[in-house]
Amino acid sequence: MSPTNNPEPRAASVLKARNLAKAFGSNKVLRDIDIDIRRGQVVALIGPSGSGKTTVLRSLNGLEVPDGGTVTFGGTGTNGDTSGGLSIDFGSKVGKKDIAALRDRSAMVFQHYNLFPHMTVLKNIIEGPVQVQKRPKAEAIAEAERLLERVGLADKRDAYPFELSGGQQQRVGIVRALALKPQLLLFDEPTSALDPELVGDVLGVIKELAEEGWTMVIVTHELAFAQHVADEVIFMDGGVVVERGPAAEVLRAPRQERTKLFVKRLQHDV
Amino acid sequence: MNWDLIWSSFGPLITGAVTGTIPLTLASFAFGLILALVVALMRLSSNWLLSGIGRFYVSVIRGTPLLVQLFVIFFGLPSIGIRLDPWPSAIIAFSLNVGGYAAEIIRAAILSVPKGQWEAGHTIGMSRPQTLVRIILPQAARVSVPPLSNTFISLVKDTSLASLILVTELFRNAQQIAAFSQEFMALYLQAALVYWVICLVLSTAQSAVERRLDRYVAH
Repeated sequence: MSPTNNPEPRAASVLKARNLAKAFGSNKVLRDIDIDIRRGQVVALIGPSGSGKTTVLRSLNGLEVPDGGTVTFGGTGTNGDTSGGLSIDFGSKVGKKDIAALRDRSAMVFQHYNLFPHMTVLKNIIEGPVQVQKRPKAEAIAEAERLLERVGLADKRDAYPFELSGGQQQRVGIVRALALKPQLLLFDEPTSALDPELVGDVLGVIKELAEEGWTMVIVTHELAFAQHVADEVIFMDGGVVVERGPAAEVLRAPRQERTKLFVKRLQHDV
Repeated sequence: MNWDLIWSSFGPLITGAVTGTIPLTLASFAFGLILALVVALMRLSSNWLLSGIGRFYVSVIRGTPLLVQLFVIFFGLPSIGIRLDPWPSAIIAFSLNVGGYAAEIIRAAILSVPKGQWEAGHTIGMSRPQTLVRIILPQAARVSVPPLSNTFISLVKDTSLASLILVTELFRNAQQIAAFSQEFMALYLQAALVYWVICLVLSTAQSAVERRLDRYVAH
């Protein structure tokens, strides 16, 4: 399951986003957001609610379409993917094909898991590979079983989502994303809906993926986890990037006043 | 009371149900559901013309009596040169009628599926139609079975109206035997009994379908 790449200081660029802008009516939720992600890098997006961090994440997967800005994906992905580069200018007309191409390159793990309730765990996982990517079913099943084994849910393969705990559902959500073999994994507050005692399992899985070299963007409120796993932390507020840098710097010694306040408040809550 | 006549009348009534009422119901419901799905999707479309047509259709069907719709098709259309036999007339009228009512049920059922399910479909790379068919409709089906069953059971009974445009079905057979024997009370009660039995069977089937569709829901 692990991509063959490792995080290196000057690894190839996976994603470059420039000047992403988005408004809902008169509410400007994103203003000129730039993001660079290199292969194997883990980026944590933090910030108060309403800061725009989830919108950034969703834009990268085409679940929101920005009003302006560009997104460029590098040419080669995991597993020998040679699908070529992708460049989308949201300022001009964006077609279904562009959005589809964007979604090909990344996969989202949702806060509320969003598993398909009418499918078993196994079917949830192989749905994308078989129906969309047209991979052979036997191969997709074997891969799904291997991934389930990895996250300790091999025995749940034929269970329906409602039979699983939140933590188990989220691990299935992660496996469903992995099975697509995306270049980029996106996590939208993956532990926010979980009971505290279930958070550890899910964070453990994400940490292992980071160590294996998966490229990830994680929107999270778990600052300790971000510091532990992320290479870079981006702090957003009011639709702009307030501060960014190595995790330890931004979280331990923030330079901006707003970052200091935010970090302090969250650490008090813990 | 002529008990022999009453007893022997069950034969023609059941024949009428099997060769008239039931096929008429099944055909109309099948066509009606397809129509309803199309109309529901039109109403959900962001294209104002499509959604407007869908809304108008539903409004007309729900705002006019089924008997009037049936008469327009069978007795009205010939005046503009369209002459249809009783059976096609009945199937068209009932299908259009089911289409109007079921469209609203299906539309509501599609809307009841959480938005996150669309997003999950999209994130694994599915197009909108693909997500609709593989992710949304199976979940909407579960929600829509109880109200659609109501529509279905109503339809079974509504097909008795087809007797008025000379379709040979359960109720028309009852009317003819009653007129001939003058046993009105007995024959109409017998007809009621046969309709009731059909609907009882359908209710049981409905429960079975609901149980099957509920297998993935916490109880």
